[in-house]
Amino acid sequence: MITILLQQMLNGLQVGSVYALIALGYTMVYGILRLINFAHGDIFMISCYFGFFAACALLSNAIPTWLTFIATMMVSMLLTALVAVLIERVAYKPLRYAPKVSAVITALGIGLFLENFTLATLGPTPRGMPSLLPNVNYRLGALSLSSVQILIIIISIVLMILLDRVVQKTMTGMAMRAVSYDKTTASVMGVPVDRIISTTFAIGSAVAGAGGVLYSLAYPIINPYMGVKIGWWAFIAAVIGGIGNVRGAMLGAYILAFVEVFTPMVLPSSTYRDFVAFTVLLIVLVVRPTGLMGRVTAQKV
Amino acid sequence: MLSLLQIEGLTHFFGGLKAVSDFNLELSGGEVVGLIGPNGAGKTTVFNLITGVYKPSAGQIRFEGQELVGLQSCQIISTGIARTFQTIRLFRDLTVLDNVRLGHFSQARYGIRDALIRSGNFRDEEKRIKDKALELLEAFNLTRYAYVQAKALPYGEQRRLEIARALSSNPKLLLLDEPAAGMNPREIDELLERIAWLKDEFDLTIFLIEHQMRVVMGICERITVLDFGETIAVGAPREIQTHPRVLEAYLGKEVS
Amino acid sequence: MGPKSRMTLVLVLLGFVLCLFLERSGLLSAYVLQISMYVGINIILTLSLNLVNGYMGEFSVGHAGFMAIGAYVSSIITVRVFHNQMGPLVFPLAVIVAGIVTAATSFVVAFPSFRTRGDYLAIVTLAFNMIVKSVLENIDALGGPRGFMGMGRLTNLANVYAWCLVTIFVVRNLVYSNFGRAVLSIREDEVASNLVSVNTRQMKIMVFLIAAFFAGIAGALFAHVMQFINPRSFAIQKSTDILVMVYLGGIGSIFGSVLGATVCTVLLELLRPLGVWRWVVGPIMLVVLMICRPTGIMGLKELIGLIPREERVLVKKEETDVVTASN
Repeated sequence: MITILLQQMLNGLQVGSVYALIALGYTMVYGILRLINFAHGDIFMISCYFGFFAACALLSNAIPTWLTFIATMMVSMLLTALVAVLIERVAYKPLRYAPKVSAVITALGIGLFLENFTLATLGPTPRGMPSLLPNVNYRLGALSLSSVQILIIIISIVLMILLDRVVQKTMTGMAMRAVSYDKTTASVMGVPVDRIISTTFAIGSAVAGAGGVLYSLAYPIINPYMGVKIGWWAFIAAVIGGIGNVRGAMLGAYILAFVEVFTPMVLPSSTYRDFVAFTVLLIVLVVRPTGLMGRVTAQKV
Repeated sequence: MLSLLQIEGLTHFFGGLKAVSDFNLELSGGEVVGLIGPNGAGKTTVFNLITGVYKPSAGQIRFEGQELVGLQSCQIISTGIARTFQTIRLFRDLTVLDNVRLGHFSQARYGIRDALIRSGNFRDEEKRIKDKALELLEAFNLTRYAYVQAKALPYGEQRRLEIARALSSNPKLLLLDEPAAGMNPREIDELLERIAWLKDEFDLTIFLIEHQMRVVMGICERITVLDFGETIAVGAPREIQTHPRVLEAYLGKEVS
Repeated sequence: MGPKSRMTLVLVLLGFVLCLFLERSGLLSAYVLQISMYVGINIILTLSLNLVNGYMGEFSVGHAGFMAIGAYVSSIITVRVFHNQMGPLVFPLAVIVAGIVTAATSFVVAFPSFRTRGDYLAIVTLAFNMIVKSVLENIDALGGPRGFMGMGRLTNLANVYAWCLVTIFVVRNLVYSNFGRAVLSIREDEVASNLVSVNTRQMKIMVFLIAAFFAGIAGALFAHVMQFINPRSFAIQKSTDILVMVYLGGIGSIFGSVLGATVCTVLLELLRPLGVWRWVVGPIMLVVLMICRPTGIMGLKELIGLIPREERVLVKKEETDVVTASN
C-alpha cells in the first residue's frame, strides 16, 4: 500500500510539474493584465507541435540525442514565445483600455482559432513524438522510476525556481510587479509598459513551451485538441493557488495533480476526476475567494 | 431631545491595526455634527461601520433604538440613514434620473409579478417614484440633466447628484463624507448654504466628515476629533479650536 | 389596453399563425426549419445570459451547465416518465418543469456571488458547468458519456417562437422596472448599490433564478429538436458559443441579443461550405469585431420599439436635453 502511495506521489509530482509550467503562463498574464488568457492552453498545444517538428528535423545520427533534446526545447520555447508575443501585439494590445470582457472574448476567439487552424492545416491525426532520450527504468525497491520522469521533475523545478528568481530579484521582474500593481503609475515612473507586457507573454509562453516538450516526452501523442484539457487543468491550478501569484500557481498545480492521480484510487472510476477537481476548486473559492495564496484585497469605500 | 443615533464603544481592526477604537457618539434629531481628524484617522471607517460596509470588531450602533450591527447595508439604509462618498460613486452609465430613482428602491411597493404584467399598481408606483425623483432633481437644480448619463456631468453637479441620490431614500440622518473635497471657496460657500437648507427642508440630522476647517467651523454645532482611531476631543467648534490635543494633532500645523 | 398594445398582440398572434403555417405547409425545407429553431433556442439562451453578464455585469461562463439540466430533466419526463405517450400534451409541461428544476440549481452559483465577483465568480460558474457535465457522465442510468436518446421530435417552430417571446417579454418588463434599475446599479457599482438601499443579494438570486430558468427551457427545447443529447453537447464550448452571441450582439440590449444569436447561428451555417476552415474564419471574425467594436453590435443601446413608452419619451427627450446641456 505504501509503495503504491509513493509511486502515485511520484506520478503526481511529474504531472504536477507539467501543470505548473503551464499554470505559470496563466498566472503571469493575469497578474500583469488582469486577463484570463483563455488561449494559453492552445498555445501549449502549439508548443507541442513546434517540439514535434523540431525533433523530427533535428533527429539524425550525427548529433547526440541529448543535444537534439536541448535544441528541441530551445526551438519550441523560442517559437512559442514568438507566437504569444504576436498574439499579444495583434489581438490583445488594441483592447487594453476596452471593457475587460472584450479582451476575454478575444482570448476565447484566439484559442478557438489556434485549435482549428492547427486542425485545418495539420489534420486531426495524432502525431507521435519521437523519443529523444533513452528511457531507462530505475527500480528503487518496489518503486519504479523512469529517466524521463526524473528529467521532467528536475527541469520543471529548475525552471520554476529560475522564474521565481526572475520575478522577485531582477529589474524586469520588479517592473512586471510594478505594472501589475498599477500600469499608469508604472509608466509615469519610466517603466516601458508595452515592452514589459510583451516580455511577460514571452516568458510565460516560453515556459509553457518547455512544458509542451516535456509533456510530449512523457505522453508522446500530439493532437490539436490536447490544449483544451491540459489548459483547463492548468488554469484551475492557477486559480486554486491564487491567480496572479507565481508561487500559488505551483502549489495549485501539485495539489491538482495529486487530486488527479489519487482520485481513481479512492473512487471507482477515473471519470470522477473532473468532478473531484472542480469540486475542490469550488470549495477553495467559497472558503478563500481569491485562492490559497491570492492577495485578499480589502474593499475600498 | 430624543437621541437619534447612539454609538457606544465602537472598535474596528484591520488585520492587527486598530482603525477605530472605543468611539462614542450620541446624535439628537436636527443636529449638525462634524467628524474631523488628520488623514488616516479612521473617519471614513466610522461611516463604513455605521452603514454596514464593515462589521465592527466591538461596540454597538443604535438608530432610533434599533441595533444596526449585523444588518446588511441595504437594511441599514432602509431604516433612514443615507450617505455620500469621499470619492464620488455614482452609477456612471445610468441617467441622472435613474440614479435618483434607485434611491427609492426600498420604497417601491410592487413585486416582480406586478413588474412583469405591468399592473396598475406598478404603473402608479413607477409614476410616483419618477415624480418624486424629478422633484428632487428640481430642488437640486439638476432637472436639465435628468436624461444625461451621470458620467457626463461636471464635477460639482456630480457631487450635488450624489446628495440628491442619498436623499431619495428619505433619510432622517445624512452622512456626508468630505462634501467640500475639491471645491473652491465660492463653491464651499454655496455648499454651506445648501447644507443649511437641506437640514431644514428635509428635516435632517447631519453627520459630516470634513477636512476643510472653514466648513466644519461654519456649520457644525458639535465636533468630534479623531486621531489614529482614538477620539481625542469632543466639543463645540470654539472649544475644539483651542483644544491643546487637537492643535497638536491637527490644527497645530495650520496655526503655525 | 391601448391601441398600440392591441397592435402588438395582433402581430404576436400573426407570427404564431405564420410559424404553424410554415411548419405544416412544407414551404421551408427541413433544414431551414431546423436552423430557424436553433436561432430561436439561441435567442433564449443569449437573452438569459445577457441578464447576468450584460445587465448585472457578472461574468458567467457556465450557462451550458444550466442548459444541460433542462435538457436532461425534460427528456427524463417525456421518455422515462411518460414513455413518449401524449407527447404534445406532456411536452409543454415538461419544458416548464425543466425550467423550474434548473432555476432551483442556480443557487449553487448565486450564493458564491454574494462574496465573490468578477473573474473568480466566472471561475465558479465554470466549475459549475464542468461539475454538471462530469456528474452526467457518471450517471449510467442516463447513458453516461454515451448520452440519452429516445426523445420524440416534440419541439416545433411555434413553441420555440412562443418561448422566445416569453423570454423577451420577461426580460424587457424586468429591465424597465425598479428591479431592472437595481440590477443595472449592481453592474455599475455594487457597494454603492447596497448603500442606496438596493438589496443586492435578493437581486442576484432573482437574476440567476430567471437566467437559469430560461436556460433550462432552452435546454429542453434543444433536447427535443436534437432527439439525442450527451454530456459533451453541454461542455464549456457550448457556454463559449452563448457568450460570443451575447457580446457579439452587445451587452445590456435585448435587440442586441436577438441579433447576436441570429447572426451567429446563420453565419456559421453560411460558412459551412468552408468545412474545417469555418472554425478558423469564425474566430477571426470575432476577434476583428472585438477589436473594432468592443461593445458588440448594439452595445448598451436598445431598439426603440422594445422600450416601454413611459421610458421611451425619455430617450427622445435625452437628445434635446443633451443639446441644451452642451450649450
